[in-house]
Amino acid sequence: MLPDTNPIYGESPRCDLHADLHEIVAKYSGEKTNLLQMLIEINACAGYIPKDAAIYIAATLDIPLARIESVASFYSLLHLQPVGEYRVLFSDNITDRMLGNLDLMEQMCRQLWLQPGKVSEDGLLSINTTSCTGMCDQGPALLVNGYAITKLSSQRVQEIGQLIRNRTPVAEWPADYFNVEDNIRRGGLILDNTLAYGEVLQAAKAITPETIISTIKDSNLRGRGGAGFPTGIKWEACRNAEGDAHYVVCNADEGEPGTFKDRVLLTTQADLVFEGMTLCARAVGAKKGFLYLRGEYRYLLGHLQGVLQRRRNSELLGESIMGEQGFDFDIEIHLGAGAYICGEESALIESLEGKRGVPRNRPPFPVTHGYLQQPTALDNVETFCQAVMALHMGAEAYRAIGTEKSSGSKLISVSGDCAYPGIYEYPFGVTVRQVLEDCGAVNIQAVQISGPSGICIGEHEFNRKLGFEDLPTAGAFMVFDDSRDLFEVARNFVHFFAHESCGFCTPCRVGTSMLKQTMDKIAAGHGTKHDLAEIENLDHVLQTTSHCGLGRTACNPVLHTLKHFRPAYESRLKSLDFEPAFDLDGALARARQMTGRDDAGAHLKESE
Amino acid sequence: MTNTFQLDGATVPFEPGQTVMQAALAADQYIPHLCYHPEFKPHGSCKLCTVKVNGRTMASCTMPAEAGLEVESDIDEINALRRTLVKMLFAEGNHFCPSCEKSGNCMLQALGYDLEVHAAGFRHQYPDRPLDASHPDILLDFNRCILCELCVRASGEVDGKNVFALAGRGNSKHLIVNAESGQLKDTNIALTDKAMQVCPVGVILKKRVGFSQPIGDRRYDESPISAQALQDAPRPPSGAEHD
Repeated sequence: MLPDTNPIYGESPRCDLHADLHEIVAKYSGEKTNLLQMLIEINACAGYIPKDAAIYIAATLDIPLARIESVASFYSLLHLQPVGEYRVLFSDNITDRMLGNLDLMEQMCRQLWLQPGKVSEDGLLSINTTSCTGMCDQGPALLVNGYAITKLSSQRVQEIGQLIRNRTPVAEWPADYFNVEDNIRRGGLILDNTLAYGEVLQAAKAITPETIISTIKDSNLRGRGGAGFPTGIKWEACRNAEGDAHYVVCNADEGEPGTFKDRVLLTTQADLVFEGMTLCARAVGAKKGFLYLRGEYRYLLGHLQGVLQRRRNSELLGESIMGEQGFDFDIEIHLGAGAYICGEESALIESLEGKRGVPRNRPPFPVTHGYLQQPTALDNVETFCQAVMALHMGAEAYRAIGTEKSSGSKLISVSGDCAYPGIYEYPFGVTVRQVLEDCGAVNIQAVQISGPSGICIGEHEFNRKLGFEDLPTAGAFMVFDDSRDLFEVARNFVHFFAHESCGFCTPCRVGTSMLKQTMDKIAAGHGTKHDLAEIENLDHVLQTTSHCGLGRTACNPVLHTLKHFRPAYESRLKSLDFEPAFDLDGALARARQMTGRDDAGAHLKESE
Repeated sequence: MTNTFQLDGATVPFEPGQTVMQAALAADQYIPHLCYHPEFKPHGSCKLCTVKVNGRTMASCTMPAEAGLEVESDIDEINALRRTLVKMLFAEGNHFCPSCEKSGNCMLQALGYDLEVHAAGFRHQYPDRPLDASHPDILLDFNRCILCELCVRASGEVDGKNVFALAGRGNSKHLIVNAESGQLKDTNIALTDKAMQVCPVGVILKKRVGFSQPIGDRRYDESPISAQALQDAPRPPSGAEHD
């Protein structure tokens, strides 16, 4: 650990924390519910949350000091110890892996004389992996001090290493590094809309909140975040719930690996998103809304704040919207800080309240007891966009798009083995085969639909249709050609779930870790039939006893690949019924490292 | 007429607002549990109290009681799940029952015996969890922590001190104490605190009295946990309101 007098932090290229602490607290009005937002700012400023800053915040907010550590340590982008002036995090989704992220990380580590996960001796930097950063169509990607860099190549990595070595402030790095493409390959209802901002809101002025709700109900709009709950019923329940205040929350915590459509919507359709939230506010009677933006999309914050301000200036937000007395609504953006679980609605609300993002016991549900235990309508980014279109077109015209049980369109995030990765908008009911054809995918072995928590399908199922009646999806569509090893795909996903488990309930906290160890044991060539049986047992316990959807779906990748691609597992198994995980030769690795030896004599012979 | 539901064939009456667990214990029906404590708001984290309600598995401590529910608890399928959960908890921490001074008074151990868990069955994780022996009268042995948060809840809700908190997530989640030094001696914990009484395992220990009550003569040596839990219940749920 660095001494406190080390000049790196005091003279950091970012800012002087001690002067700013007071301002940070003032900016968030010293509210406890803004604790996480304050910690995020401190972390961005100093690179970590220094102890004296934590003590100051605890004293000023009148909360126990332990709560600062408790909250900060929940989020993987926050740190309680220095992690270097430069924090480099390689996105580690399977699609980044397929594009060679690990080789690039190794190259950077070699160039800068560093081991992954360790802070360099001079405190200059640290390099590690992080969960999918939502740049799967333009990977491999990384985050440097929280900002996204895409399309990594060996040359770009080399240049980044040089910039870090020269201590060039990130703000002065070449702008094209930070260029994020939209890659819209196929438009539709949402992406091709020609609405002027405020248009649908103006039209809605003439209709009552009840009519907004009945139109949404009649349109059969269902949530686009994955669960597919009918949006109109949710809004109605929220409106009818009693409370001191009602809230609207937009879930922009797009953490499901392989999903990046909300990023593109926030980039290209921010007005539509905010318009949907404002319409929802009118319907449920809310005065305040939040957009919870995942920390990895921090770079979008300035753009989104700009759109919000423009809408305030145009009387589309704020007090007396469009001159209508009593129609008051404004939107605040809260950042996440690296926790997939916060995409779960009740965990997101906990996080909005400045706490650890642990899913709540349900019932009660957020529609009656959400933010600050008040009625809250919480929907996905895309759902709000769809709601605007449904209101604009009318329920019948909207329902005519898609299929009987899945009305409207769906944005699909396509990545992996295809010629044209990016965003595709289709009416519901499109076949997997059609999407594969459109994105230029050939020799395809499998598609992972809706991310690791979704399902993996093989070629015999490519005629299945995307929609609630067949293949429900939050939008991820990861393509694997016949050169890919689906065991490694599943192992990557299992590591993801173990990393992202919140640790609240026993089955998920312990089970996802054990699943990871078992998959690693099989990968190392020590797997047996006993291990496959253990996987099946763990799956059963996770599915039946977990607290939330993370644990219940954590074994899906393994279950589906075991079902459809069992040879990928069996080819790795030893024929024994049982073999211990303990690896005698592996146990000597540290001794080899210490003595600098790696010759045959320093290894035990592999015995059968 | 009072509302009732069925639990393993028995009719259980309940008051509005009670959960399945609360109503069951009040009606002299045992459902295994670990993080549930009758004096605190149900937590729902250990999942030992999982039951089958109308065919779906639910945590009974947080599941609101409803008229006409069909609850199955003492059935092979559910007990098998519970055994796996107990095994997971044993494998996750460092539990050495023979040398643990809480042996015989430990709920995890007692549940293990009651559910006939004979071996951990999983690879042990052997986490590195240093002791905190800084306090003159109290020892914290984090090795045995099962992360039920009872001490966190007791210290916050009853003692008003917030001595304990949880940090980290996933399998690196752990118990911390509220002090700049991170040590218990620098907190305002007292031996009379509720937080001193609620640990179901052997994390929070009073020093110098470890074996004053001989093993063989302890709480769960007298009768199994299933009987003890019923003797303790029903207690008025004092912390049951929403916070």
